[in-house]
Amino acid sequence: MHKKTIVELAAGLKAGEFSSVELTSHFLDRIERLDGNINALITTTAEQALAEAAAADEKLKAGDAGPLTGIPIVQKDIFCTQGVKTSCGSKMLDNFVSPYDATVVAKLKQAGVVSLGKANMDEFAMGSSNETSFYGNVHNPWDNERVPGGSSGGSAAAVAARMAAAATGTDTGGSIRQPAALCGITGLKPTYGRISRFGMIAFASSLDQAGPMTASAEDAALMLQAMAGFDPRDSTSADHPVPDYSASLNDSLAGLKIGLPKEYFGEGLDGDVRASIDAALEVYKGLGAELVEISLPNSAMAVPTYYVVAPAECSSNLSRFDGARFGYRCENPKDLEDLYKRSRGEGFGAEVKRRIMIGTYALSAGYYDAYYLKAQKTRHLISDDFKQAFEQVDVIMGPATPAPAFKLGEKTDDPVTMYLNDIYTIAANLAGLPGLSMPVQPVNGLPVGLQLIGNYFAEARLLNVAHKFQQETGWHRLIPEGLD
Amino acid sequence: MSLDRSDVEKIAHLARLALDENQVEGYAAELSNILALVEQLEAADTDTIEPMAHPLHMAQRLREDQVTEPDCRAQNQAVAPLVENVLYLVPKVIE
Repeated sequence: MHKKTIVELAAGLKAGEFSSVELTSHFLDRIERLDGNINALITTTAEQALAEAAAADEKLKAGDAGPLTGIPIVQKDIFCTQGVKTSCGSKMLDNFVSPYDATVVAKLKQAGVVSLGKANMDEFAMGSSNETSFYGNVHNPWDNERVPGGSSGGSAAAVAARMAAAATGTDTGGSIRQPAALCGITGLKPTYGRISRFGMIAFASSLDQAGPMTASAEDAALMLQAMAGFDPRDSTSADHPVPDYSASLNDSLAGLKIGLPKEYFGEGLDGDVRASIDAALEVYKGLGAELVEISLPNSAMAVPTYYVVAPAECSSNLSRFDGARFGYRCENPKDLEDLYKRSRGEGFGAEVKRRIMIGTYALSAGYYDAYYLKAQKTRHLISDDFKQAFEQVDVIMGPATPAPAFKLGEKTDDPVTMYLNDIYTIAANLAGLPGLSMPVQPVNGLPVGLQLIGNYFAEARLLNVAHKFQQETGWHRLIPEGLD
Repeated sequence: MSLDRSDVEKIAHLARLALDENQVEGYAAELSNILALVEQLEAADTDTIEPMAHPLHMAQRLREDQVTEPDCRAQNQAVAPLVENVLYLVPKVIE
């Protein structure tokens, strides 16, 4: 059952081949058996999952089921889940049981999904390897010595190891697409504002966006359908119509113009990864698409811009963790300042502290113009690059990461080396554009991700372009050895 | 911009973060490296460029000034570290 996509599982449930309770038990057994080596989950909610599955079976029997009814998924532990621990990968929230559901969680419940538990992640979504989690490293299901990527590393590993049919993730600088690439699954970061941020613990509010992580583009369309939409509780939610994301999956790609930014194929890109990407582009040519070389001249500014904007916003957002109202509080504070300083000093890990300090510095008196204002201007340049590119092409393609998954511990000594892993993904967040990563031909048994970037609200087009490739190739069907 | 020990201590105070004494030097080196990365921005000519605060250039949405949220005080305070008579308790601020 675990090898099936959501679309196939939904058909099996509707035909009565198996029940949601059976399906849920099957995934819970896999979690029990496999997650000791992978560590993809922080919390497993078996009892609640089986109750949700039983309710789904009632709906299925009554003929009242939607495409996600009874499908077992995991939620990234950044989404607030009522009555269930919501840690955000941090000691700061180790004791936090959310009093309410995030909009994403409520909407997926409404769609009838079964939640198996909460996925491991980099602390407060700050990391590219899942090594900053308070709950330990996640191991890549393709090679346990390697990282799954981050920050949605637990979500990606859970889907890759088929411990869940799908997962939710969030992406501030690549946190859906990069782990999707390193774990060999399909991950979609929608347009900024497409999915509500209400109840999604904030890192950098002008960049954060939730999205689905699935085994196929077709499955991502179903998940996005349930997650997307205007939410009055999120002041930056986009009031924009939600199309039927499954309706256009099979549209022809004849005449599709694919832009290949020359900056994404230059120095720093692994040769084998390049060959896999080139082979995928040949498939698109065969489907009738036209490849066009383009330029995104300010690409080199993306990582430096991000490391001003994201830390600045994070230093502001994370000021709410003060030891007073919820989360970790230090022992025996001697005064209020001591309460703040030690609760935060003891509750946050090193990477979160680094980013809070960079942000605090960049926003401090005398430095604001040199850093934050400057970065907002370079952000504009990056955004304008895409605007011009989309006057020439329909979709942009390139690698999602410069290389396949690296080894645990390989990049933890130098934060800047780690940051450069997101070199191809960050620009889409700065511009607010939708991006998708999906698996192409692996390199030495390790997954490689092809990144697709679309114009604003062009998620349906991205899913169509990804789906046609998956119909043609089947790389998305590969499952790590020993886990099938 | 290279940061030294006292810079890091000042920033940590502004951010209300207690740091271990023996980690301050390490943070100074790491933060200096990050700032060196960030300073690549100086190469960009932005004299005529407007700052971009929001990816979709959306105006802030306004709503009617009406109470829409239910009272969730009990649920919210259930996860608080220390509460008494519906008040969040912190160390005494005024003697």
